[in-house]
Amino acid sequence: MYAQQVDTGSKGLKSLDDMSPEERHFQEKVDAEVRIEPKNWMPDGYRKTLIRQISQHAHSEIVGMLPEGNWLTRAPSLKRKLQLMAKIQDEAGHGLYLYSAMETLGADRDEEIEKLHRGEVKFSSIFTYPTLSWADMGAIGWLVDGAAIVNQVPLQRCSYGPYARAMIRVCKEESFHQRQGYEILLTMMREGTDEQKEMVQDAINRFWWPSLMMFGPSDTNSPNSAQSMAWKIKRHSNDELRQRFLDQTVPQLEFLGCTAPDPDLKWNEETGHYDFGEINWQEFFDVLKGHSPCGIERIQQRKKAIDDGQWVRDAAVAYAEKQKANDAA
Amino acid sequence: MKNDQALIEYLLRLADTDMVLAQRFCEWCGNAPALEEEMAMLNAGLDLIGQARNWYDYAAELLDDGRDADHLAFRRNEREYRNLLIAEQPRGDYAVTTVKQFFFDVWHHLVLTRLTESSDERIAGIAAKALKEVTYHRRRSTEWMLRLGQGTDESHRRLADAVENLWRFTYELADTDDVEDQLAEAGIGAGNVGDAWRAEVARVFAEAGLELPEPARHFYMDGKNGKHTEHLGFLLAEMQYLPRAYPDATW
Repeated sequence: MYAQQVDTGSKGLKSLDDMSPEERHFQEKVDAEVRIEPKNWMPDGYRKTLIRQISQHAHSEIVGMLPEGNWLTRAPSLKRKLQLMAKIQDEAGHGLYLYSAMETLGADRDEEIEKLHRGEVKFSSIFTYPTLSWADMGAIGWLVDGAAIVNQVPLQRCSYGPYARAMIRVCKEESFHQRQGYEILLTMMREGTDEQKEMVQDAINRFWWPSLMMFGPSDTNSPNSAQSMAWKIKRHSNDELRQRFLDQTVPQLEFLGCTAPDPDLKWNEETGHYDFGEINWQEFFDVLKGHSPCGIERIQQRKKAIDDGQWVRDAAVAYAEKQKANDAA
Repeated sequence: MKNDQALIEYLLRLADTDMVLAQRFCEWCGNAPALEEEMAMLNAGLDLIGQARNWYDYAAELLDDGRDADHLAFRRNEREYRNLLIAEQPRGDYAVTTVKQFFFDVWHHLVLTRLTESSDERIAGIAAKALKEVTYHRRRSTEWMLRLGQGTDESHRRLADAVENLWRFTYELADTDDVEDQLAEAGIGAGNVGDAWRAEVARVFAEAGLELPEPARHFYMDGKNGKHTEHLGFLLAEMQYLPRAYPDATW
């Protein structure tokens, strides 16, 4: 998932008895796994939380095109170029349907994008990292899309209908991207030169920890989780999902013949899970606050695209209005 | 020139033009004026690279010298590239991209339509598939010509500037050389589509409120024979960087 630390505005969970009749009815529907649809009554906090989460998710899809776009003009073969173009195109599509899902809650796409450009809302920390070699295209597909899938699969059962349905399509496409990313790395490891193998290991070294950070702060430091879980926007804790991702990823890492930059990573017979080292939370919170490798450049590029395109959009609007006037005449 | 030799040249021209234009579309990634345009350009780029691959594959078979489609795309330099000059011009603003694409799409559509009748079945097959995609490309760039032409004063001015800057390269779309004439006579190539091209461009210009210039005249440059503007070298340097830096690599 591409939403981290979404503020729910909640200062503690209410019991059903403390709720207004409307709120209680809403919560009972959620508890009974009945989907909430755009025209249904919903608490203001629920609506605002979803707008924050879905817009952050949509922004992340769009900003996430940039680190890959960085290698699009340098993709090394016809096949790889076609794959990367198609992947980026899918991401633009994900952004569009997420913005549409968000608009069902009464938010406006252009306004939310302006907030992003003003630095008032976030996008996923992962996309502030630079892409420094072609192997990064593989590592992003495998690790970043992989982490996103683990986060998004439960969102297919999110209590808000339009978001849940958007996730079904997004997950399908991202599973495909993940396999493609892994295949990029596998090809380089199996058929590549020593230099290419070094590229792969270097990419994994750089993207390993940032991928684990995608799941957000640890449960002990995640003040908004309880409310999101009560609303069934969120189904599992950050640490649970992080562990699930790690457990499925380590065997794939070994199959590649690569290592993780974590000396504490090892299989734990007792728990049936992999143990891993401490995440550098300082780096995570720094990145979220904007002290990040490429966060400034990412936003500058997006802002410039939209600012430079103003005259184009103005022309399209003016033309459409003239057409309408002609049709009416 | 033998027909086979001429055919290889012809296929490379088609392939290289597709490839170079797609590369210019890739440059728009993350920079388009709207998300919908981002998707549309990637989509057209995907079509063009798919087509380029088909033409390269065929050229590689005829060449039969061990080079494959990737080698032809990523290991030939600017003097060996055979793309039309219009394709390699920098993407500029959205008006420049629109005009470039429009000039090319009209030509491309005419050429592919004729190629579906080629006596070479392989060419006819590739062209038939490509024609479906290019019919949409032409519709899209025509619509943008009208939007920008009739939109606002600024969009009209930018569009007119783009035409003024790019028109000089259009002689390659309206004229043919020996290779093209020879293949047309053999029933293989599309031949000269200049008249139909000019007629369609004139129609859209009139609707967009643009003045149609006199036909562009050939000058020193000749993209079809590897004499390019200075822009192509940089485009290829970027596009071919990995295969050239790591010649033994498998990607």
